[in-house]
Amino acid sequence: MPEIRTLEELQLICRRVRRHIIEMTGAAGSGHPGGSLSAVEILVTLFFSVMRHDPRNPRWEDRDRFILSKGHGCPALYAVLAEAGYTPVDQLKTLRKLGSIYQGHPDRRFIPALEASTGSLGQGLSIGLGMALAARLDGKSYRTYVVLGDGESQEGQIWEAAMFAAFHKVDNLVAIVDYNKAQLDGFIKDVMELEPFAAKWQGFGWHVIELDGHDIPSLQRAFTEAETIKSRPTVVIAHTVKGKGVSFMENVPKWHGIAPTPEEVELALKELA
Amino acid sequence: MSAHTTRFELRRGAATRAAFGDALLELGKRDPRIVVCDADLSKSTMTHKFAQAFPERFFSCGIAEANMVGIGAGLASSGKIAFVSSFSCFVINKGFEQLRVAVAYPQVKSFKVVGTHAGISIGEDGPSQMAIEDIALMCALPGFVVLNPADEVAMKALVPVAAYHDGPVYIRAGRPPAPVVYTPGQEFHIGGSVELIPGSDVTIIATGLLVAEAIRAAEELESEGISARVIDMYSIKPLDREAVRRAAAETGAIVVAEEHLIDSGLGVRVAQTVAELHPTVMEFVGIRETYAESGPPAALMEKYGLVARNIVEAVRRALARKR
Repeated sequence: MPEIRTLEELQLICRRVRRHIIEMTGAAGSGHPGGSLSAVEILVTLFFSVMRHDPRNPRWEDRDRFILSKGHGCPALYAVLAEAGYTPVDQLKTLRKLGSIYQGHPDRRFIPALEASTGSLGQGLSIGLGMALAARLDGKSYRTYVVLGDGESQEGQIWEAAMFAAFHKVDNLVAIVDYNKAQLDGFIKDVMELEPFAAKWQGFGWHVIELDGHDIPSLQRAFTEAETIKSRPTVVIAHTVKGKGVSFMENVPKWHGIAPTPEEVELALKELA
Repeated sequence: MSAHTTRFELRRGAATRAAFGDALLELGKRDPRIVVCDADLSKSTMTHKFAQAFPERFFSCGIAEANMVGIGAGLASSGKIAFVSSFSCFVINKGFEQLRVAVAYPQVKSFKVVGTHAGISIGEDGPSQMAIEDIALMCALPGFVVLNPADEVAMKALVPVAAYHDGPVYIRAGRPPAPVVYTPGQEFHIGGSVELIPGSDVTIIATGLLVAEAIRAAEELESEGISARVIDMYSIKPLDREAVRRAAAETGAIVVAEEHLIDSGLGVRVAQTVAELHPTVMEFVGIRETYAESGPPAALMEKYGLVARNIVEAVRRALARKR
């Protein structure tokens, strides 16, 4: 069980995670800072105040499962795993380097604590469904959390999984959409609009919670609420800001997939001091 | 040498998909870890027998193969032995990206995919339902085992072998009744093959329904004084390289016969092995750079060159080149 942390402590972890993301992608010279920064509060809330897990025993049978389906956001996940004690903090800057456990996209072969290898968009919700079904078959109480990208939700497989989860009443599964409104080619609304997004999930039979994805107490309340919802899955549509926390990255789609220069790293770290 | 002519009275047997359904049911009775996913074809893939017996361990995925493969991967990552089944053309082709990223690359070991209705012998439904690229696709994925049982005996033996293999497996199954090649008790293992008929002039390496055609071809060749070895290469990947090497070294000519596109199936895998271990004359029987059409299965096999006569002709070509 996670130890009880105050809001201030969680916010402090978020700040450290954001600094890691900037330093990691800066050192790598490539990667996806924008969609990593937008997901920080979601991941920190889950790993430090919601999920039951044990960094000393990553394959603990009853652990809650977490899948970052939007695998390109892995700098955020790696920073969170390191801060939680799963992997070394001092190696974070080896991101994307040959031989690093911090591969360009999450790779289970290098980090056993990862539940799935992701990076090909659209797949994590299905894999999470399999894990949730296994929990139900085995009478286990662990829950499965899957973080999706908004752009990723353009993949048809997401909606295959959405249909399945509602039909099979998979209520031990929570999807969280990091709805930062931008994807590689530009803003979602210009590439392939998702709205009315909440109505789509409702139409597919899900319990929908919409919130500010940078507001930790809202996220905590949402995950608690999700545990009380029976016979249907819950989706948390988390409205976020791409590049959150670094002024020159916020809401600028180009920061989806480029790394900051050394000067930009310095600027960003000042803002995140 | 006519021992085998009495040995092989090829009687009509069950379809390999039917044997799969029976084997899966038996496995499910013995092992509670077995779970099954199907995509609205359970009455055709025969997983409905398992579904009726163990409804809580059967997941109806609807017509959504990509999601089904992902769910299978999640189940297999959580202590289950997951059998994921549909027509081969749908689960392999539509699920290929998921088989690659959710199963092969992260090495999800207790994931098993069974594609039925493989090849053109499905008949009337036509090319959209005929898997003729599946061996190429599944052999391309590192770590995947690819099995192609020739008859009901082989299928019933190989389903548990696949289930307990420490790695992902693809099993290819057919729609029409398959002639019975084996007697119960025959042993099969991953990476194995069976020499059904001994021979010294040429070796016919066949898989699936073409094994029975190879036996018929060998019998015809024997009447002409040609001694043809027949090998059932049920394990397409990994391949029994030693059996291939011996065939090349001892008979000096090899014909490969399969119900798959000729440029990307068992034939090219055998040819690569032959090139590496013992270069020799080779000929190939398979589907040549085309999609088939609707028709009765037997007529299609005839029209697209997948019967004993085609194997006999290939053997004659090989022997002419061998001299």
